[in-house]
Amino acid sequence: MARFIDVPDGMSRRHFMNHMAGAAALAAPATAFTNSILANATDMKKRHKAAIMLWMGGGPSSMDIWDLKPGAPTGGPFKQISTSADGVAICEHMPLMAKQMHHMAIVRSMSTREADHMRGRYYMHTGYVPNPNVEHPSYGAVISHELADQVPNLEIPPFVSVGGGSVGPGFLGMTWSPFVVDSNGNVRNLEMGVDPARLAQRMEMLATIEKRFIGERRGASADDHAKVLDKTVKLMTSPQMDAFKVMKEPKDIQEKYGASGFGRGCLMARRLVEAGVPFVEVDLGGWDNHANIFPTLQDQKLPMLDQAMSALVADLADRGMLDDTVVMWMGEFSRTPNINGGGGRDHWARSWSVVVGGGGFKRGVVVGETSSDGKEVVSEAYSSQDLMASVLKSLGVSLETTFTAKNGRPMKIANSGKVIKELFA
Amino acid sequence: MSATEYNAFVLYILAFPVSEGIMRKQLTMLFPVVAIFASAVAGAAESDADHYGIPQVKFINEQTLSAWTESGLQPSPSATEGEWCRRVHLDLIGRIPNVKELHQFLSDSSPTKRADLVSRLLGDDYLDEYARHWTDVWTTVLIGRDVTNERVNRPGMRQYLRRAFSKNLPYDRLMEDLVTAMGANANRKEIEGFNGATNFLSGKMEEMGVENGVQATAKTAQIFLGLQVQCTQCHNHPFNKGKQNQFWELNAFFRQTRALRRFDGSKDSQWFELVDEDFAGEGGNPEEAELYYELRNGLMKVAYPVFVDGTEVPKSGYLPAKMDDGTAYGVHRRKELAQLIKASPFFSKAIANRMWGHFFGYGFTKPVDDLGEHNPPSHPELLDGLAERFREQSFDLKELARWLVLSKPYAVSSRTTAGNLRDDPALGEKPKFTHFYLRQMQAEELYESLLTATEADEAARGEEAAKKKDAWLSQFIIAFGTDEGDDATTFNGSIPQVLMMFNGELVKSAVSTGKGGFLDKVASSSINDGNKIDTLYMAALARKPSSSELSMANRMVAARKGDMVGALQDVWWAVLNSNEFIIKH
Repeated sequence: MARFIDVPDGMSRRHFMNHMAGAAALAAPATAFTNSILANATDMKKRHKAAIMLWMGGGPSSMDIWDLKPGAPTGGPFKQISTSADGVAICEHMPLMAKQMHHMAIVRSMSTREADHMRGRYYMHTGYVPNPNVEHPSYGAVISHELADQVPNLEIPPFVSVGGGSVGPGFLGMTWSPFVVDSNGNVRNLEMGVDPARLAQRMEMLATIEKRFIGERRGASADDHAKVLDKTVKLMTSPQMDAFKVMKEPKDIQEKYGASGFGRGCLMARRLVEAGVPFVEVDLGGWDNHANIFPTLQDQKLPMLDQAMSALVADLADRGMLDDTVVMWMGEFSRTPNINGGGGRDHWARSWSVVVGGGGFKRGVVVGETSSDGKEVVSEAYSSQDLMASVLKSLGVSLETTFTAKNGRPMKIANSGKVIKELFA
Repeated sequence: MSATEYNAFVLYILAFPVSEGIMRKQLTMLFPVVAIFASAVAGAAESDADHYGIPQVKFINEQTLSAWTESGLQPSPSATEGEWCRRVHLDLIGRIPNVKELHQFLSDSSPTKRADLVSRLLGDDYLDEYARHWTDVWTTVLIGRDVTNERVNRPGMRQYLRRAFSKNLPYDRLMEDLVTAMGANANRKEIEGFNGATNFLSGKMEEMGVENGVQATAKTAQIFLGLQVQCTQCHNHPFNKGKQNQFWELNAFFRQTRALRRFDGSKDSQWFELVDEDFAGEGGNPEEAELYYELRNGLMKVAYPVFVDGTEVPKSGYLPAKMDDGTAYGVHRRKELAQLIKASPFFSKAIANRMWGHFFGYGFTKPVDDLGEHNPPSHPELLDGLAERFREQSFDLKELARWLVLSKPYAVSSRTTAGNLRDDPALGEKPKFTHFYLRQMQAEELYESLLTATEADEAARGEEAAKKKDAWLSQFIIAFGTDEGDDATTFNGSIPQVLMMFNGELVKSAVSTGKGGFLDKVASSSINDGNKIDTLYMAALARKPSSSELSMANRMVAARKGDMVGALQDVWWAVLNSNEFIIKH
């Protein structure tokens, strides 16, 4: 059955769907289910908004990358270089990004309080500090939830996480959880192994069991299971799955992004956004540099980041996608200005930088400022929720949106963060 | 009237809410009057049979009942016997019951059948399975799921745990073994002094070339004391009382300990050995061996071993020894630490909370390993009482498990009622345990359950089988790229899991129609077609099919035109892929 999925003309899919019509969808209305699958794939080329988050797991030292303090005792050995954006200088080990900075904006005035990995991950992904009583939706869940309508024919998951787990959908429910793939784009267990007619019969039997259990009011997870079944069937039979096949990209483009997993992930992100996916997170770990930070950054982390990130920004710009696609770079926090005894930097959240670009953001600017030793934000300080509000605004998502958490409590999108006004013209 | 009698009476009244016409609030105000009636009906509502004569079970029942009463919630009716039987197998031995076990339980008419089943599952007949399940659970707690840390030998960790759970090692001894372990972490012919317990700490002594035991400190506090101290490594905690000095004073207990890389060139193999050595202190005076840590303002501060409750141990960095004249000196810091942990009330509270979370889906706090003051528990008296009783019971984990699974709240249905719909911790309410909270099987439990359901379990035991299982589990692991080795699983109800259940090798072999396999045996048995479908349902879901399910199944049989095993395969595939199969309910 492998060929079944690869057939691009849609005939086999139509054949399959004729069988599936009997089984009907488990959770969604049957008509919506089949219509979406039969729809014409060319509709996908329509313009749509999307965001790509480059997540730097471990907490990258932003003062060694985006906000250097050469000469300060805390400054470290790296020099800064000028960039394609007027008056904006970044680390010498980011020469390729330096040529793309006219597309991007650095926010140097982030100041947060969560300096534990898991808490920081959660806070930076959701705009909320962890709370034992409620789970908040992450960027990917919020954005794919808000932008889902713009691509009604999307058959692959609207929230994809490449090379990492991202943070879950919280009270928005399992259907908005990240679809986690490795950077080679291999999706396991995609091949059905039985013919479509038989799968359709099996699905009908399954739907009977599934619905009975849901009808017994045992809680939301029974219902969520059925919804995920639906999405899985859709995805298994979709030609849009091609977007994950990053190796199909021309060789010269693959080379631009670099041979690293992160490079392939960035390339996959572009392919997915082209296919209509509204949110992709690409993870690059290994930034928890408590020891020997400078050789690690110079020899390993920065060259890989520089190549992949610059290729992504340039590629999006070349294809005319950057105006609709937000690119954001951040980790859970940053690292101490003080350099410790092991030649490393420890966790630090009080003053640090993130980078954003594309979408409705102003380009080639720096927002905010830190003190000469990097230990304080000396301009207006911004939080995770402020950043989230700004990203949503640049995607055209209304900040008046209010979710209803499962407990009935209204929750303002982005935790009522205030827009970082310098990021907008 | 005791609180129990009062609560029992309230429950009795609540069973007839309309006919009695008494509002709960009025009832509460009527407390003194109620007393007269209470003793008359108390016996009916709570008898010895409800707690099997086990006082700890009685305590749990009373405590949860009083929380129900206070919050105006009504418990769901009891789960069916099949549901309860499935639950208790999954939670105690990590797999669903097989058809034989299920029938044995369902056909038992003894009033003590539940207690008897629990005794069987905790007894000699199931020793291997019990040990395997709790080894799975504790391997994840102690070393996570990530298989890439070269300093951790997973088979070594498992060997230790399997032995410990096979002999029901008391929990305080388990903790002592893990916290004070010395020796080699891998069990191979060429290696002397194997001690699998070393794997708890062997991967936590060093980060990026710095030997400071930071992860050992954080995980020991988190797992055994329910205290999250990792934030205070760098600063005083902004919200709770955690202070930076406490982290480093706790860390000082690990400073005699090193994880040494060992290498056997002739065999081309390496392993790690956990050793304790005299610690000279960062100031070079072993009599008072100190460490220094950095404050946020860059100043350095000194720390000696001091437990979280302020108890100090001698500052010497020397290991215990005797001088020529026989005078003893020195101190074994990790051994001191283990004794302090054992004596701490947080030790028994942390395990009571963890075990409660295991059996009920939610602990009294969320997360279960955060008992800090900023995170008050949902049932403080129950937590404290359970912890005390567990300590009195000499830290016997099987007894604690017995109390929990025989309790009232463990026996209620997962079906909600109008009277408890709002008791939903997923909505941000503190859990009240009025109904059994749905939760997905863990990946390990699914794996074992599929083996059981397809009667493939007998062939799949031993270290080879464990390796196969590890390889299968690894497809779900996501690492977060931090030094703390944090990880998560995509076996969480999302698409990759459903794809695995739809099309994966494991399920493919579970639904195989090969000669002598499960489906073949059912298909070729002499029972009628309806009973064959029944068998599949009992094997996977511990119940018989409903009439609509049966008629749907019959249509599948008709569609396969006499290919009975093929039809059963379709039904079986559907049953295994259902929410009801994978969700503990």
